[in-house]
Amino acid sequence: MTTNGWLQILLFSASILALAKPIGWYLAAVYEGRVRWLAPIERALYVASGVNAEEDQHWTRYTASMLLFSLVTMLLTYAALRLQHLLPLNPQGFPGVTDRQSFETAASFTTNTNWQSYSGESTMSYFSQMTQLAFHNFVSAAVGMAIAVAVVRGLARRSAGMLGNFWADLVRGTLYVLLPASLVLSLVLVQQGVIQNFASYRELTTLEGAKQILAMGPVASQEVIKQLGTNGGGFFNANSAHPFENPTPWSNFIAMVLLFAIPSGLVWMLGKMIGNARHAWAVWTAMFVLFLSGAGLAYWAEARGNPIHAARGVDVATSAAQPGGNMEGKEVRFGIANSALFATITTDASCGAVNAMHDSFTPLGGLVPLVNIQLGEIVFGGVGAGLYGMLVMVVLSVFIAGLMVGRTPEYLGKKIQAREVQMAMLFTLLSSLVILAMTGVSVVLPAGLAGRNNGGPHGFSEILYAFSSAFANNGSAFAGLTGSTYYYNTMLAVAMLFGRFALTVPVLALAGFMADKKIAPETAGTFPVTGPLFVLLLIGVILIVGALTFFPALALGPVVEHLFMGAGSLF
Amino acid sequence: MATQKRPLFDAPIVRRAIGDAFTKLAPRHMVRNPVMFVVLIGSVLTTLVLARDAMGGRRDIGFTVQIAIWLWFTVLFANFAEAMAEGRGKAQADTLRKSRTETTAKRLADAGDRTQTTTVAAPDLRRGDLVLCLPGDVIPSDGEVVEGVASVDESAITGESAPVVRESGGDRSAVTGGTKVLSDYLVIRISANPGETFLDRMIALVEGASRQKTPNEIALTILLSGLTIIFLLAVVTLQPFAIYAGGPVAIPILIALLVCLIPTTIGGLLSAIGIAGMDRMIQQNVIAMSGRAVEAAGDVNTLLLDKTGTITLGNRQASEFIPVSGVSIDDLADRAQLSSLPDETPEGRSIVVLAKEKFGLRARDANGMEFVPFSATTRMSGVDNGVFRIRKGAGDSVARWVREQGGVIPLDLESIVTRVAQQGGTPLVVAERHTATSARVLGVIYLKDIIKGGMRERFDRLRAMGIRTVMITGDNPLTAASIAQEAGVDDFLAEATPEDKMALIKREQSGGKLVAMAGDGTNDAPALAQADVGVAMNTGTQAAKEAGNMIDLDSNPTKLIEVVEIGKQLLMTRGSLTTFSIANDVAKYFAIIPAIFVATYPPLQALNVMRLHSSQSAILASVIFNALVIIALIPLALRGVKYRPAPAATILRRNLVVYGLGGLVVPFIGIKVIDALLVLAHLV
Repeated sequence: MTTNGWLQILLFSASILALAKPIGWYLAAVYEGRVRWLAPIERALYVASGVNAEEDQHWTRYTASMLLFSLVTMLLTYAALRLQHLLPLNPQGFPGVTDRQSFETAASFTTNTNWQSYSGESTMSYFSQMTQLAFHNFVSAAVGMAIAVAVVRGLARRSAGMLGNFWADLVRGTLYVLLPASLVLSLVLVQQGVIQNFASYRELTTLEGAKQILAMGPVASQEVIKQLGTNGGGFFNANSAHPFENPTPWSNFIAMVLLFAIPSGLVWMLGKMIGNARHAWAVWTAMFVLFLSGAGLAYWAEARGNPIHAARGVDVATSAAQPGGNMEGKEVRFGIANSALFATITTDASCGAVNAMHDSFTPLGGLVPLVNIQLGEIVFGGVGAGLYGMLVMVVLSVFIAGLMVGRTPEYLGKKIQAREVQMAMLFTLLSSLVILAMTGVSVVLPAGLAGRNNGGPHGFSEILYAFSSAFANNGSAFAGLTGSTYYYNTMLAVAMLFGRFALTVPVLALAGFMADKKIAPETAGTFPVTGPLFVLLLIGVILIVGALTFFPALALGPVVEHLFMGAGSLF
Repeated sequence: MATQKRPLFDAPIVRRAIGDAFTKLAPRHMVRNPVMFVVLIGSVLTTLVLARDAMGGRRDIGFTVQIAIWLWFTVLFANFAEAMAEGRGKAQADTLRKSRTETTAKRLADAGDRTQTTTVAAPDLRRGDLVLCLPGDVIPSDGEVVEGVASVDESAITGESAPVVRESGGDRSAVTGGTKVLSDYLVIRISANPGETFLDRMIALVEGASRQKTPNEIALTILLSGLTIIFLLAVVTLQPFAIYAGGPVAIPILIALLVCLIPTTIGGLLSAIGIAGMDRMIQQNVIAMSGRAVEAAGDVNTLLLDKTGTITLGNRQASEFIPVSGVSIDDLADRAQLSSLPDETPEGRSIVVLAKEKFGLRARDANGMEFVPFSATTRMSGVDNGVFRIRKGAGDSVARWVREQGGVIPLDLESIVTRVAQQGGTPLVVAERHTATSARVLGVIYLKDIIKGGMRERFDRLRAMGIRTVMITGDNPLTAASIAQEAGVDDFLAEATPEDKMALIKREQSGGKLVAMAGDGTNDAPALAQADVGVAMNTGTQAAKEAGNMIDLDSNPTKLIEVVEIGKQLLMTRGSLTTFSIANDVAKYFAIIPAIFVATYPPLQALNVMRLHSSQSAILASVIFNALVIIALIPLALRGVKYRPAPAATILRRNLVVYGLGGLVVPFIGIKVIDALLVLAHLV
């Protein structure tokens, strides 16, 4: 580890801290309807689609609107991918995408997962990338944010189960936040060297005299929303490791900041909307501590490198001439610190963009992304999804520990009772159900075992990672697993759909129930949801609930692999 | 009910509980507790596997036998905990039942004629029947006195041996079945059918027969069931993982892991905690009509307390002598003391004491003086001897007396009387007449409300817990304010009518607050019913008792504070044991996961941080620890966690350290110790 490496982590942390308030303030203004500078367009959209954006929707109606919107857009994308060869902007003449691949991709982009078991540059036409995948990059992020805002409203209000208007939230998030930010920042990325064209692929002769085809395309416009909306679906297969997608340390830094920008701002917005900034900062701090611990562990594990290399006399020390540590699967222009940091951030947030191969990380370095995902991606998390996932953990923490102060647990003055606990537990146990059960089935079925690149615990980790990533709507792959089979396409698509929609229904129900409740005034007897003690409690509950669910699986994957590595064997 | 302090582990209760632990194994009962039901199924499965292995002639079943035994113990220990909690109530119910049986009643055919009675068995009485109770009779059922005044021994219900007066009309007309008439006679209209009497309800309550899960218990059960499902998934999926890694795990070992992980500690003790909470109320002589009420007590935000009898002593005390102009204060003190020497009322005694303490007047011999007691018509009391007569009493009555005796009323008397009244006191005017002279007014004794000792500290404690106290009084706002300030309550409601009280409760509730109050009169009934926690005084009317959700047998309204504390303690105990139970799992994973997989993946030995002896000893030690911790925590579940009033943040910090951190650390030590003992005993 180097001072420079730590400074970069510090710089990143400081940027996120500094951005939380301005972004959060703007988000609150947008969702409270105070930002109106595109009002004519907004109104036109409502009129054109025939929705009443003024209507305050009950949670059931809000949920139904969200599900309906997602279903329709998913089906449209499925059709567009299947019919790709008949549609314009296809200079390479790619054929229609296969059924299994179209289903998985449609599910993947609709759920904000962006798991890609294909190479974008050799499968998708420019039309598919720009009108389908990019479209979902925007709206799936806006849907996530809308759900989070609805949940926050449920906590803040006393409104007989009303959570706001889904259509207004969807349009406002897209129109006032995601679109303008993408427009402006795309230009910054172009300045850094990210390409943006409609050209055919170029064939070049390399210095060694070999022929190489360079994929082209409108990359910059896709890149910002890929990060900002925690989507993660790269234009190119190599994702953010590709020099046309992520050319410089600055573009890399911008990409990382964009990842946490909205999730961190949403936490500030929570404080604003519930009128309790100290609680929001407590939640933010818990997230930050978890982020920094993960980044630190991953950086340490990667900088330490592979002890087997060292034992064989390979020089893995950091020096002016070499980055040292475990450079396998990492880009030289990013080095150890920025690769470890990127891997941590992309899995804290449910992004899944990668600038290094997680599969090539040391076992402990790879454990960090895996654990981040399995904790539910609540460390800042996906846009919206991180906040509502975290709020479920807050509700659980308050319920478990809240009794200890001798009152029926209350969160923000609202009693947590049977129905709320039911929804929070449903949310929590779905992740163990889907991830563990699907992994369990896959590690014994021949169809599941067929996709592995490696055997032993590492092969196990690959499968575990794939289902964790799909369910948590992350979309990054441990790689090594061949995902483009009927078995995995289908299983993973189902996991993604569960991860998004089976989770949001109980969350919105929870918010609806909370909105129904009286708000009791805060007294000295109220369970404190601010301050260091609460931060520690929240972290403890997150880690223990996560650890209890996944400890056996992790022990049989990365942990035992790490121990094997110490004993001198690899997989 | 006569509540003797029983030791926690009373031999007859323990014996009975051991028997009950087995009868409670019935699936019909077990299914009410999802966590322990899973353990039961696990125990049955393990036993079946064991039977199969034994019949298959396997020799190495010693380990499975031990696992099976300890799994059964886990279920039995949980049942034992519940039975122990119920045991105390059952013992009390038995005592109560004795007073109910074998009672006969003298039924009257006609209310007007007390000579015509027919003897009937108490269970044959119906609502509306009239019965006559003579001295020595046990009152056969609950009812309303319609005629007569009598002293009644209520010790069978309240444990209080001093008899109380019951009379027709007013707030003291309710009688309870099972109590005994000591003097005079009563004609009672029966107000409850058999099986619905207070005694019947009390028996059902202390026995826990009609126990329903409370809202918070339901929520907690959902959490625990959810955790159980999560662990079930974690354990079930472990099998394919193990097959992938190289070899399946034996079923009893998976069951052992599952039982160790699911929250058996809190699952096993949950109902015991609830029952014990009700039981602690009963030990305070408070009967809670439902567990829900006990729980609500913990959540109370606002306490409404009646001034008289709750915050202040029921009687007032002399605090000052104020002479009228022309009279020396010593003369006033002297006459006031003289007039009060034979006066045995608390007010009278306080006058004697004040004169002695402030003016050095020793109590003199009252011989030769004739005491004129207070009566409703004269509204004065005093003393007469041959030489003088002294009177003290309400201003207008004494003034009339002075005028009748040819005296004049000093001009400043009225202003003194008014001032005292405004300051929250009761003015007693003192006058005298010597045989030679005409009567004259000497001055006024300031009788003041006396705040009960320690109230201010209790209110401070309540405030620290975030509970606001509101004093309810019929006094004028001025008086109320001065008493409220002296007592240290947060707020007061002066010149309160029952409607005002009701409005206050509704206002607090609409702000999301929970309100507790105590009351006894019929006009308290609507407010008692509206309040979230309504404690009716046992001396109160039937209407009040039916409206409240708790009854204080001691009729001590101050007990509202204890009620709140018991409610809080109940919730705290649940939360603490839940936290402890969940925190325990970390150590169990570190014991069992390496134990299961070390054969497949030898490096996993590194996770065996406790350095347990072998795989078998590690698994067995975890299961044994898991079972024993239930037994070890029974006293805590029954007594409740230590409770000191403090702000929530302080309580949380303390309990998190004790039960959260403790829950993490204790099993590491416990499992290690049990592992060592198992090795010593050659059990593995």
